[in-house]
Amino acid sequence: MEVTLTHFLVVSTILFSLGIYGIITRKNAIMVLMGIELILNASNINFIAFSRFGNFGLEGQLYALFVIVLAAAEAAIALAIVLNVYKTFVNVNVDEIDELRD
Amino acid sequence: MNIYDIIFYLFAAVTVLSAFFVVTTRNIVRAAFFLLFTFFGVAGIYVLLGADFVAIVQLIVYVGGILILLIFGVMITNKITEVEIKTGTINTLPSAIGVGLLTGMIGAVILNTEWLQVNSPMPQSTLSALGSILLNEYVLVFELLGILLLVALIGAASMARK
Repeated sequence: MEVTLTHFLVVSTILFSLGIYGIITRKNAIMVLMGIELILNASNINFIAFSRFGNFGLEGQLYALFVIVLAAAEAAIALAIVLNVYKTFVNVNVDEIDELRD
Repeated sequence: MNIYDIIFYLFAAVTVLSAFFVVTTRNIVRAAFFLLFTFFGVAGIYVLLGADFVAIVQLIVYVGGILILLIFGVMITNKITEVEIKTGTINTLPSAIGVGLLTGMIGAVILNTEWLQVNSPMPQSTLSALGSILLNEYVLVFELLGILLLVALIGAASMARK
């Protein structure tokens, strides 16, 4: 079958759904971060597929570069937060971190 | 069925299978390694779409930066005396049903829309064109991203010290 735009969009939809499933069902905070990275990769595939098959020139690839930069910054800050949470609560399960400090 | 289609199906299968194992395995380190394969598959899909520079940036930043950071996070936030690092899951069946419905809805919209496709030839090398766009039309976003990275660096470093 000839590979068209919809094939790439279906791949990105499946990645997006698996990312959401990972965020909802996982207890460890780092697994939730992995789900977030899957979602960002899915949206990047969407950007680049439309940049190739639409009439957008190279701007789709530029936006994908911006998304990669933002994902890197957000992963760094999220891991700094997870480290602080680990120092305070000594575990990183997101459903057991349920009290504010006095 | 030419070679392009075969390679696309290969990379798509690697990506989707690895992503499925990322979200269903119980071992965190194994999930990180399946995420590595997912990133490689996505980089292959980028190359098939003609985005060669973005594929290399994806490999450098995601595999060489973010994945290493995630594995460091796994190492630091688990007790070293445990033999194997396992994690649990909650609400698997309701979320599987919900996510399946969401996939079905989005997939139905994608497959039933008549996308306006312009079959342009594959771009030869996107590097110089991306560079000139980045510094001519999108220079403001470029500078803002630099400032954002600086702020993220300072914030993460000041939050993670003792």
